[in-house]
Amino acid sequence: MKRNLNINVHHLTRVEGHGNIVVNMKEGKLEKSHLAIVEPPRFFEAMLKGRSFHEAAVITSRICGICSLGHQMTSLKATEAALGLEVSKQTILLRKLLTDGGTMQSNTLHSLFLAAPDFVNQPSVFAMIGDNTETVLRALRMKNIANEISEVIGGRAVHPITPVPGGFTRIPTVSELKKLRKRLVEEAIPDCKAIVDTMVALHDTIPNFTRDTEYISLQCDDEYALYDGDICSSDIGRVPVNEYRRMTNEYIVTHSTSKHSKANRESFMVGALARFNNNYSKLRGNARNSAEKMGLKAPCCNPYMNTIAQIVEVYHCTEDAIEIIDTLLAKGLKVEKPNQEPTKHGQGIGSTEVPRGILYHDYTYDRRGNIIRANCVIPTSQNLGNVDDDMEKLVPEIIEESKESIVHKLEMLVRAYDPCISCSVHLLDVEFIE
Amino acid sequence: MSKDKLKVAFFDFTGCEGCQLSVLNFENELLDILKYVDIVEFREAIDNKTDEYDIAFCEGSISTPSCIERIHDVRRRSEVLVAIGACATLGGINALKNLQDTESVRETVYGKDKYLFPTIPAQPIDAIVKVDYKVHGCPMTPEEFIKIFKALVMHKIPVIPDYSVCVECKLKENECLFDKGMFCLGPITRAGCGARCPSFGQSCIGCRGMVDDPNQNAQLEVLKKYGFSIDEVRKRMNLFNAKDVKV
Repeated sequence: MKRNLNINVHHLTRVEGHGNIVVNMKEGKLEKSHLAIVEPPRFFEAMLKGRSFHEAAVITSRICGICSLGHQMTSLKATEAALGLEVSKQTILLRKLLTDGGTMQSNTLHSLFLAAPDFVNQPSVFAMIGDNTETVLRALRMKNIANEISEVIGGRAVHPITPVPGGFTRIPTVSELKKLRKRLVEEAIPDCKAIVDTMVALHDTIPNFTRDTEYISLQCDDEYALYDGDICSSDIGRVPVNEYRRMTNEYIVTHSTSKHSKANRESFMVGALARFNNNYSKLRGNARNSAEKMGLKAPCCNPYMNTIAQIVEVYHCTEDAIEIIDTLLAKGLKVEKPNQEPTKHGQGIGSTEVPRGILYHDYTYDRRGNIIRANCVIPTSQNLGNVDDDMEKLVPEIIEESKESIVHKLEMLVRAYDPCISCSVHLLDVEFIE
Repeated sequence: MSKDKLKVAFFDFTGCEGCQLSVLNFENELLDILKYVDIVEFREAIDNKTDEYDIAFCEGSISTPSCIERIHDVRRRSEVLVAIGACATLGGINALKNLQDTESVRETVYGKDKYLFPTIPAQPIDAIVKVDYKVHGCPMTPEEFIKIFKALVMHKIPVIPDYSVCVECKLKENECLFDKGMFCLGPITRAGCGARCPSFGQSCIGCRGMVDDPNQNAQLEVLKKYGFSIDEVRKRMNLFNAKDVKV
């Protein structure tokens, strides 16, 4: 069919930040299909110039409200690497617990609040109240428990307070941890099971679309990598974090205030599905079983399944958080002063898996501990090329469908990536010449 | 839905959307809130759009020409406009970029393509249009949002503290951070957060802005006593208050 089609979804809803979907087809030939990023520029790396190492994480956490915790963790790791600040085992455990909480919170918010309305044909989670009240209540409770991890350990759900270079300004008490554990065991685990059952029933609403691509995430030997590890590509295997630039290769496109990236192909995917594909064998048993129940097997090349991979991770992180709390309680909590005496200065690179994918912060410090140069590479900007390529393959496949259905599937596709557009438009590679 | 419910909308400009996220984080209160108002526009969470609003909550700074157009439009269509969070009430973190030359920053970032992506110095919303109420903080203080929200629903005027964070910190019986050898902006920063950061062992970073009439002399004396320089204070203060700090 020689079809003309013009789609312009202005300010796509239920995503974090401002993006437009643009598709232009003339006489059956696709002329244009992309996600235009129209978020106002932020200039974060410029703001960091001259700021002290105490402030770097305070500033970069403000790149994004939803992944403030992930930015904070990554920033602290970069600062500690640059200044030679060692942290204790207890600090690492508490940070991993926070990371589990951050992943649970964000994945729940996305899969059940922002993406789920698509599965039941509703305009928002609020409209789901009534027909799907039970699911909404479970989602709210799950998010509440995840946020409680952030509040107890970090002092606050959005822009946590206590994590600082070298450690924490406050250590949680034994009774706070026990209370958290109780909620995780008695509320979160049953909710995980019920949410998995709900998703099994909705499985048919997920579009059947596949496109093989390169998957990039962190990887480590002893666990499902979220807080630490090497970079892992499904195409070329493991690469040290210090070589992140050859795995991101950023470039400017005119339709986006965020830069795009490429590694070993034209585009690559990061996020829950990439982690699931690369680290499937490291998932905790119940989480792995839940994936199978929901029809998700590694490797999976359907980007819409990213939402399902997020739910699998919520289950994984819930179980992981319980085990970390058990370890902390068994070892006993010690009050420790953060180690803030730099032993060197220069460049430091930190990387963690934030909910939307692999994140890099790269700082260079002067001898007084002030930032000379900063670079942050954000998951959403790494995914943008892959979204455009998916759209290019998808549109011709569904061109016979109604315009409404095409728009719906394109919106669902972009949402499946859980784009965090404020994050992606923070502007990159600001080199200061002094 | 009943006709009597207030029509409430959320809008975001330049910021991290953390304040809107704080609204979605009212897991226990959200369903109760929906009994009293209809959320008619909230791009981060819902598809619907409406033309006029009883209350518009606006997050983020004004930092591009299109932000200016949009905020005028929102103001025209709203009965009450509430700025939420430091970006909207103070300029916040975004205003840090104002400390550097805009043109050179744009050029370093975008090179010859800089004109594709216009930007202006980041400003709080009340620099452009009338703001009726402010929910301060970075992120906005959730308890204060609920307090102001309740007052508006009941057609009352919300009370926002005009005393310093130190007052709330003393009431919590925290040890003074200056006595622990740390720096703190508590003496001049507007209360209302329950001295959250000092209560978690972290200095106040001034995210709620200054009280209306800060006692600068007293603050200077405290700083002198504990051996901090004016430059140090300026640098710390401009983290969130860049537009108010004279360099």
